[in-house]
Amino acid sequence: MPDAKIFVPAPDRAPPLNTLGPVAWVRENLFGSVSSSVATLIFLYLFFSYVPPFVEWALINANWTGTDRSICEANTAGACWTFINVRLEQILFGLYFASKPDELWRPTLIFILFFALLLPLLFEKTPGKKWLSITLLGVFPVVFYFVVYGGSFGIPQSNTTQWGGFLLTFALAFVGILLALPIGILLALGRRSELPVIRSICVIYIEFWRGTPLITILFMASVMLPLFFPAGVEFDKVVRAMIGITMFQSAYTAEAVRGGLAAIPKGQAEAAMALGLGYWKRTIFIILPQALKISIPSIVNTFIALFKDTSLVSIIGLLDLLNMAQTAARSVEWRGYDIEGYLFAGFIYWAFCYGMSRYSQNLERKLDTNRRN
Amino acid sequence: MIERTRIPLHRDPKVRAMLVQALALIIVIYGFYSLFQTTVDNLVARGIQTGTSFFDEVAPFQIGFSPFFDYKLGESTYIDVFFVGIQNTILVAVLGIIAATLLGFFIGVIRLSPNWLVARGALVYIEIFRNVPLLLQIMFWNFAIFLPTLPAPKKSIEMGAFYLNARGFHTPLPVIEDSAGFAVWMLLLVGLVAGLVIFARRAKVRFQETGQRLPVLWISLVAIVLGGYALYKIAGSPLGFDVPVLGRFNFKGGGQLPLPLFSLWFALTLYTAAFIAENVRAGIQSVSYGQTEAAQALGLSRRDTIRLVTIPQALRVIIPPTISQYLNLTKNSSLAVAVGYEELVAVWAGITLNQTGQALVIIGMTVAVYECLSLFTSFVLNWYNKRIQLTER
Repeated sequence: MPDAKIFVPAPDRAPPLNTLGPVAWVRENLFGSVSSSVATLIFLYLFFSYVPPFVEWALINANWTGTDRSICEANTAGACWTFINVRLEQILFGLYFASKPDELWRPTLIFILFFALLLPLLFEKTPGKKWLSITLLGVFPVVFYFVVYGGSFGIPQSNTTQWGGFLLTFALAFVGILLALPIGILLALGRRSELPVIRSICVIYIEFWRGTPLITILFMASVMLPLFFPAGVEFDKVVRAMIGITMFQSAYTAEAVRGGLAAIPKGQAEAAMALGLGYWKRTIFIILPQALKISIPSIVNTFIALFKDTSLVSIIGLLDLLNMAQTAARSVEWRGYDIEGYLFAGFIYWAFCYGMSRYSQNLERKLDTNRRN
Repeated sequence: MIERTRIPLHRDPKVRAMLVQALALIIVIYGFYSLFQTTVDNLVARGIQTGTSFFDEVAPFQIGFSPFFDYKLGESTYIDVFFVGIQNTILVAVLGIIAATLLGFFIGVIRLSPNWLVARGALVYIEIFRNVPLLLQIMFWNFAIFLPTLPAPKKSIEMGAFYLNARGFHTPLPVIEDSAGFAVWMLLLVGLVAGLVIFARRAKVRFQETGQRLPVLWISLVAIVLGGYALYKIAGSPLGFDVPVLGRFNFKGGGQLPLPLFSLWFALTLYTAAFIAENVRAGIQSVSYGQTEAAQALGLSRRDTIRLVTIPQALRVIIPPTISQYLNLTKNSSLAVAVGYEELVAVWAGITLNQTGQALVIIGMTVAVYECLSLFTSFVLNWYNKRIQLTER
């Protein structure tokens, strides 16, 4: 009888120690391997040697109250937010409105109106979104002009050379996106046109502005713009910066819209053509509504870039948020508190840009209907 | 019988296309013509003679930092200023690109680390540095951190023969003392590299024939470091070092990176690295997990899976946006004007423009330099995209 082969099963593996709960989580995510454990320790060391002292300086030991630098000089262990507190109106609304307490309602009203219009738009199920956006893009700028610039309805005219702070940053960014959007859409359509002359004009325009740094464009706008117009036509500095920013931004918007146009299947245009729609009808009713929807995330991204780039106007001497914070920190009363000034301005920029980028990421996820995971 | 209807001329698409284009062309040409005409009139009215004759005039200001050209106050002309500006722009761009690439790849890779803390840390880094204006970051590092906290030259932070103080960063500089020996060393090095290239080819052939692999990369690295040093000794040590020495006010001799360059480089690196890190993350995530599984099914080791399957496919996604980031970094270096680093926009579109008033020529030349860079970048990108398209089957 041949030797029967007897099946001997391998011994059972021990059950995993723990696969649920915080201990298992720490074991898997923080100490998964030797290199991972080393990285965790290094990270914890760096974290605890920098973050608690910073929090202590910025929040716990900080000076919040008071009206002059004596309180900050008495307590040097913490940040001097007193300085921001005292200069807050300047940093937010600029020199003109900060110097006239009676006029402060104007920028305040504008910001309240803006957020009242914008916030409902961010939610998907708000009714009447169409009318809200038309109000925001069409009516709001007119209100802005009459309330902030003034000069009619008994509202005194404000001096644009004294515009500044976050109000100016906001105005530059808003005008930039508002004017750049239609120009950018036209340029994007032109770039995809079948007419070679139109196409080349649009390509040259887009590539020209995209290839030049914004600071050069702002120099160009502030030095050369007066040369381009006949004597007698004068723009003030803010308008010059707005023109430069619009030119620059329209090229970037055009590229964002072009991405959306390229994503629309050719069949859409062909079907519209088969129905007998002409170029403009098929563009306005069939192509653009789909293309713009797809390109909203990239348009928001170019807008984030623009919002950050408005800080460049401080180089041509405009007192925007960055320059206002810096000027305040270099004034005789508050010399030496640069860090606080930069941190505060940086935080405002960061909050807006981060908010917008989260929004655009959300939107992207929502629009991405054929996502895999 | 088919009756042919004639299309009226104004509804014929071809005729209309021609008309529209002719109209657009006329409007653009007329626009440029009238712009040009008013500009010339305005310049005449202000008494500015537009032209390039100011190129050869001596520039009445000093440029402190010019590592490769000699710039002398009272001798150098305006056109020299232009070239010094380009040189300084390229210098900070190259330094920034190298550092941002290294840091960006590092952050992008650890962003996907299985270690939760490390991945979160990378995310926080990216979200902070991406969402704060670069200009603010440059000014923050320069005016709020480096200028007040770095010591005076007398109390410099010493790192061997390197010194860091509020004036900048000072390094020893190699100087060729024996030019014949240096030439011999260079020739020997070329020979060594050629040998290594042949060795790498042979190793590849051997791998394809027998499947045995040699650690070519390590062998080459060791050969270059050790062999390079040995050959340096053989050639009779042809280099000397110009070491920075503390003078009365600041260090003299050696290489000097002024503080504005240092701050600019630092801020550009941190800012651009955040964007590159995002490109790297997106690139790695774009390679579907099935690729890794397939490689494992074929029996590839973990290292080979990453090296031969994941990285080549990820790079295809990573490289194009990263090249655009390099262009952005170069354009962003023009923000140096805020901290006083003497690059193209600062010395040419800034100081020279103020001195001469030649707005048209100066802005035109500045724009032309950046346009050339941007055209060059899109040329490289197109070339790269075409190349990876060919390998796609």
